[in-house]
Amino acid sequence: MSATPPRSGWLLFHAVVVFGFLYLPIAILILYSFNGEGVGGFPPHHLTLDWYRALFADSAIWDSVVNSLQVALAAMLISLALGVPAALALDRTSFPGKALFRRLVLLPLILPGIITGLSLLMLFNLMGTKLSLLTIVLGHGTALISVATTEVFAGLQKLDRAQEEASLDLGANYWQTFWRITVPNLKLPIIGAALLIFTLSMDEIAVSFFLIGRDNTLPLEIWGRLRRGITPEINAVSAIIFVFSLLAIVFWYRLRVGGEGGASVGTEIVGAAEGDAA
Amino acid sequence: MFSRAYKAAVTLPPVAWVAFFLLTPYLLMFCYSFWSVSASLTILHSWNLANYGELLHVGVYWQTLLRSIWIAARVTILSLLLGYPLAYFLSFYAGAKKDLLYQLVIIPLWVSYLVRAYAWKTILGSDGVFNTLLQYLHVTKHPLEFLLYSPFAVVLTLTHIYTPFAFLPIYAALEHIPRNLIEASHDLGATPAQTFWKVIFPLSIPGVIAGATFAFVLSLGDFLAPLLLGGPSGIMISNIVVSLFGAAYNWPLGAAISFCMLLLVVGLLFFSEQLEKKWSYA
Repeated sequence: MSATPPRSGWLLFHAVVVFGFLYLPIAILILYSFNGEGVGGFPPHHLTLDWYRALFADSAIWDSVVNSLQVALAAMLISLALGVPAALALDRTSFPGKALFRRLVLLPLILPGIITGLSLLMLFNLMGTKLSLLTIVLGHGTALISVATTEVFAGLQKLDRAQEEASLDLGANYWQTFWRITVPNLKLPIIGAALLIFTLSMDEIAVSFFLIGRDNTLPLEIWGRLRRGITPEINAVSAIIFVFSLLAIVFWYRLRVGGEGGASVGTEIVGAAEGDAA
Repeated sequence: MFSRAYKAAVTLPPVAWVAFFLLTPYLLMFCYSFWSVSASLTILHSWNLANYGELLHVGVYWQTLLRSIWIAARVTILSLLLGYPLAYFLSFYAGAKKDLLYQLVIIPLWVSYLVRAYAWKTILGSDGVFNTLLQYLHVTKHPLEFLLYSPFAVVLTLTHIYTPFAFLPIYAALEHIPRNLIEASHDLGATPAQTFWKVIFPLSIPGVIAGATFAFVLSLGDFLAPLLLGGPSGIMISNIVVSLFGAAYNWPLGAAISFCMLLLVVGLLFFSEQLEKKWSYA
């Protein structure tokens, strides 16, 4: 291709419009979190921090934030504890039903959440398990195994097995080799998967919707309030979550650039879910 | 190099977990779809096809399914129309800003789905940002009521949410096109338009199929955007399932609808995989 591509004004214009479309609601959301007059109404009036003050005094929201953090952490541990071995199994072993297993693991990622949520609800109902944060943890932990598996599997494809071989030849057992060679070499995919699982779990609502007990996660707390009527307090909490998500992305991006550069987190998953899920 | 014990240790726990927490629930849903509910609201484990018969005979179910498919189809087309030129622009014209712009497309994905749907609600409502802006500018005297609580609001919101999903695989496909192919096309005298339609576009089709599948499948099963923004005319099939599992308390019928959705989705995934294979040159 020639060094300077032909100028294309309308492509640039289109890109600006799409970015506007993607960011307009987020910008309005944040702007109106400072609006004294409520969530709508143009132009915004009486800019204030009152909604943030109300938010910090709102114990129900903070309880749900703590619940969500606990759920996300536990779901992350479950997904990693199962997803990493699953990636090793897909990379290094063959067993009957392997193809089915791979597709099944990926299914919750592409299937509408309602189907996974309801089928788990039926399982817990059959087992007589009371719905609680634990059932949400199990739901998220199971649905997000795929994230750990695809990220780590992509890492394993690039891994040089000679190092593991050398470690085994030199007398280390599998356990030692796993922790001292395999895991350090997969540090980036594992951290990337952990971040992504954590964020997805914090935001998840379709599966949680059906598995919720007495205690709300943050998205379900917000959902409950949306049904009752809306105040800029919801804008305020959303703006805070947005800032934390941005921090997570910047953190991840720096890690990735320091490591190998290139693709962003999530691309492997999009590819894997698409190519292999059916 | 890996012993049997190693292989068993990495295989058995995830396989057992997935069998119990994924395969069993999906099969259970299948079983439920053949059961029924007694007058005293207990589940009768008598196997029959009555639920599936009801889906065929009661118009509201398949009409809602058709409406959901139509909404999902519009979301898919709009996401592709927004996502493809954007991916093309980033891949071929963005130069040094490519990585930054790519991140900018991804960032909205990290903002809560619920929060973005809610943001649209505050924009489209009768005293929302858009309507009050129009009145402020004296374009309209009264709020446009059709914006919120309509299929339009659902399509707009879902398009907003799934455009990055459509963008990602298209961008990946465009990035994988060897640049010397394009150079060759230019050298052989093709115009930029010919190069696009004869070289670039055919090579990007697997990405388009992947992006379309994502947008279609995920919006087809959505129930939160319709509940929040759809109003009575924007009800989708998942909303019916939610009410069957909630107030209406007919789990077996809800399971039958869910299982049909599951089949539809798995069928679509299979179909799109075949299409992608057909169009990939690698």
